[in-house]
Amino acid sequence: MSSNRLLENLALRSAMLRAMRDFFYSHGFIETETAVRIAAPAPEEYIEAVTSGRRFLRTSPELEMKRLLADGMKRIFQIGSCFRSGEYGSRHREEFTMLEFYASGLDYLELAALTGDLLAETTRSALGKTEIKWKARHCDMSRTSFITVEEAFRKYAGVDAFEADRDDSFDEIMVTKVEPNLGKEHPEFLIDYPARRASLSRLSKKDTRIACRWELYALGMELANAFWELTDAAEQRARFRESAAFRLKSGMNEYPEPTAFLEALDRGLPDSSGCALGVDRLAMLLCGAEDIGEVRFE
Amino acid sequence: MFSASDLKKGLKIEIDNAPWVITEFEFCKPGKGTALYRCRMKNMITGIGMEKTYRPTDKIDEPDVAEREMDYSYFDGHNYVFSDPNTYEEMTVAPEVLGDKIYFLIENSTCQFTLYKGEPIDITLPTFIEKVIAETEPGVRGDTATNVTKSAKIDNGYEIQVPLFINVGDTVRIDTRTGQYAERIAKA
Repeated sequence: MSSNRLLENLALRSAMLRAMRDFFYSHGFIETETAVRIAAPAPEEYIEAVTSGRRFLRTSPELEMKRLLADGMKRIFQIGSCFRSGEYGSRHREEFTMLEFYASGLDYLELAALTGDLLAETTRSALGKTEIKWKARHCDMSRTSFITVEEAFRKYAGVDAFEADRDDSFDEIMVTKVEPNLGKEHPEFLIDYPARRASLSRLSKKDTRIACRWELYALGMELANAFWELTDAAEQRARFRESAAFRLKSGMNEYPEPTAFLEALDRGLPDSSGCALGVDRLAMLLCGAEDIGEVRFE
Repeated sequence: MFSASDLKKGLKIEIDNAPWVITEFEFCKPGKGTALYRCRMKNMITGIGMEKTYRPTDKIDEPDVAEREMDYSYFDGHNYVFSDPNTYEEMTVAPEVLGDKIYFLIENSTCQFTLYKGEPIDITLPTFIEKVIAETEPGVRGDTATNVTKSAKIDNGYEIQVPLFINVGDTVRIDTRTGQYAERIAKA
């Protein structure tokens, strides 16, 4: 890629970042900056932190931002670098930029509506239009739709998502059959994951097989993950123990327990939803770039 | 033994006693899920393609594939005989392995062998060879356009398309990768 092209992409990325900040400021959010080197990342089953001395580089600012919610902040966002060991591909880097935002009082579907507005306004402001073109395909960023995980697995792979979750074929089917079909004409929210994949989201009160979580896709590209946040401290401790045991079995790094976060949950996390969006990925879509390296200065 | 994180474009691997080369590679990681390594690969013997997805814990066999330089020596009536320029060790290659390349073998030219378990599965000849035109319609003087072509045969009977200005006795350069005319080297 020519350096001119990279500079053009970086300018467009700047316009995109500015539009995102404008959006959040105008919706009553406060920009936060939390520590990048942290004592204890969340023990996730397939995400490995990069070590930094006796600390870890954050894999996301999630636990720190939730502590701010517990301390009384209502609407917060953060744009910053995160680090995940061993992740490298056209859509992955070990160092990448994450937009993370939380809103208390919103459920996960209300947060989806807000995220749809964010995409539309950011695209319009950065590009002057809401239609994007990526890999010779078009996508209208001004509207969104929903599909449940169950429906998507049935429709695109002809299999039951819960069964795929049980027999451990879920991720492979997701990557090969489901993801490429999502967000073909406009961004699409893939909602309601099998409970075992809840991560830090709460389970549905109506159907406990389901976690109140969504992922956002445009033209097959995964852009964001969101939870209606789990606020039950005991349940969260149990899930962390389970993940830590899985990590130990898989030979992954052992982390200290994230006590500051768990204590914040004990004090009480307000009813809230949160979303993490890959800034580099959205920049790729807006720039028409096929590799993250075309939208980051590395 | 390779582990999944070694996978990349161009890597040669072994599956069910056959050598495969990875032609496309993508690192995938669905939200909160496991890393997956998606590969498109080509069978190095049959040329057949397939897709396969690996998990981080998968182990992949390493094929016994080697590269070796050999000089073309002679045709023994059935097979083509090559020899190692240093040890003079000979290797016999059946015509099926060479295909159309048999027409472009030139004595003492150095060829690149790809061996699987010691047997040649692919042979790369020098990219360009020079051959004399043995048969073609008379040339059209002054017509140097190369987009209009006619049939011609080289000394061993191989047929190629050449520009109209080429005559019998002209020396031409042939691209051995495509088997096509590249340029004229000398006039008759």
